[in-house]
Amino acid sequence: MDFGPHFLIASLEGAITAAILALTAMGLSIVFGVMRVVNVAHGEFYMLGAVIAWWVAHLIGIHPALGFVAALLLAPLLVGVLAAAADKLILQKIGYDPDRTIVGTIGLLYIIQQSTLMTFGPDARPVQPPFNTRLSIPWFEFGDNGFEIIWPWGLGTTSYKLFVIFAAIVILTGLWAVMTRTKIGLIMRATQQDNEMARAFGVPVERVYAWVFGLGAALAAAGAVLVVPIQQAHYLMGGDPLLLSFIVVIIGGLGSLPGTVIAAIFIGMSDGIISVFFSPTLAKIIATLVVAMVLVFRPQGLLGKANP
Amino acid sequence: MTDTRRSQALHAGVILLLIALFFVLPAYHVGNLARILVLAVYAMGYNLLFGYTGLLSLGHALFFAAGMYGLGMTMQFFDLDPATAFGSGLIAALVVSAVVGFLALRTSGVAFMIVTLMFAQAGYLTILYFGEYTRGDEGFVIQQAERVFAGFDLTGPTERYVAALLLFSVCFSLIAYIVQSPFGRSLVAIRENEERAKMLGYDVVRHKLKAVIISGVMSGAAGAGYALLFGYAGATFATVQYSILPLLWVLLGGAGVTIGPLIGTAFMFYLIDYSSSITTAYMLVAGVVLVLLTLFAPQGLAGEIRKRALPWLP
Repeated sequence: MDFGPHFLIASLEGAITAAILALTAMGLSIVFGVMRVVNVAHGEFYMLGAVIAWWVAHLIGIHPALGFVAALLLAPLLVGVLAAAADKLILQKIGYDPDRTIVGTIGLLYIIQQSTLMTFGPDARPVQPPFNTRLSIPWFEFGDNGFEIIWPWGLGTTSYKLFVIFAAIVILTGLWAVMTRTKIGLIMRATQQDNEMARAFGVPVERVYAWVFGLGAALAAAGAVLVVPIQQAHYLMGGDPLLLSFIVVIIGGLGSLPGTVIAAIFIGMSDGIISVFFSPTLAKIIATLVVAMVLVFRPQGLLGKANP
Repeated sequence: MTDTRRSQALHAGVILLLIALFFVLPAYHVGNLARILVLAVYAMGYNLLFGYTGLLSLGHALFFAAGMYGLGMTMQFFDLDPATAFGSGLIAALVVSAVVGFLALRTSGVAFMIVTLMFAQAGYLTILYFGEYTRGDEGFVIQQAERVFAGFDLTGPTERYVAALLLFSVCFSLIAYIVQSPFGRSLVAIRENEERAKMLGYDVVRHKLKAVIISGVMSGAAGAGYALLFGYAGATFATVQYSILPLLWVLLGGAGVTIGPLIGTAFMFYLIDYSSSITTAYMLVAGVVLVLLTLFAPQGLAGEIRKRALPWLP
């Protein structure tokens, strides 16, 4: 195949990665922005979203669409509540000390991951997409072997994959509206800018933190529900999104929401494109090294306000 | 008795105790103890950086793996004898930790953790990428015939224990010496108040770089020792999990206490050993312990002992 169609296909796949990544990374970014803590268990909230989606869809099971819609509503809600509870029980008790939070959330990571292993089991389980019409765009599929398998024309993308991009845009627009147009958003932004001052003005900072932690986890869960008809739910699926979200949040500037979206699009697209033309492993090596270098040589892009 | 004397007596006592345990314990536990001693070397290397210098690294698996592959690959492809291969493992860890330290020390706090995590991840992926030689996740076995050092077959339980104890004792004494030395004291000063240490005229960056390198080489020694004594090198030892384990051991045993890593490693080893006989999800125990430690005992076991009973613990 020529370079052109390859590139088109890679961009489309990259756009899906970018859409999911924007949601997941946004969750991490909000938590860091408002609370100034790094949540290492973020990927596990993502995984939990996917697992709950499978569980809900499995329980309802009448029609894929119905199960999917129920999952899209329930999974983020449940994960959000769980995260808020974790915040109350652990993070609040240690006063959001940055180092101890990292250690604590590493513990939380293993608790969530291993509990899922004990209940959900080690198998990868699929969720049926609500609709899956084939669209006749030339398609290129890559499996474990990377780009060497070259399929002829004829495979199309699906309407569901386009829906994922659309849904992510809708959710992010909604989030933007909440952050900039409502009182909840105002309170969150006030806490982000100066939590002492916000407290002086009667903002219940602890409760805001719990809500923000829950919201961040819910965003990751929403991303996972969208991705689970394409990938499958598995108890170890949280690792990659966590790493990619870190990368996005760092490149975009920690706590900056527009920066996060731009970086997610950039990283998602380039990850998709590099993965098509090079090996996915090499793409990840390059991405992680680039991020490390960004942190080393442009640290102001990272903790701009927290660590002057 | 002065504190220095006490600390010397303590370290000698621990080593003597470990020698005595070899004669007392049943074979199964002697095998376990050999493993614990090698892993404790890893934890001690980690403790120097985390406990004494106050730098939390999430990428020490990279140094462990550098030592492991530095030994494993040279034995596999160049047929080096164990001693030379061990040396090349140390050199690999030295080079890797010098590069990582040089770059990562330009950052601090959360950024330092993430940078080290990213470097370790890149290292892990590199091992996978060159799977043709490293055999990736599957790893490779170092044959019994090659693991003979100066006439001693290191696969035998006695030789293995002696070798592990030797490695441990050297590193244990080294750490005990370092933390009492002016260099170790200035590391603690940096941990307690970096700005003040800088103001007093210490070259903070140089000290920290030295700490990263010593810590990295010691972790590499543990990795090389592990590969040599247990005959296996694999990419699993480079995963994030193996960066988090030394943190867990040190936190549990007591950060900034010389005997902390040994206590933490032994305790956690048996906890995981016991729980993995019940469930496959044994890392759940690690998670619960981490959360409980952050909540209730950030000082760890030896740290609590120091706080309550023995304030002179080094």
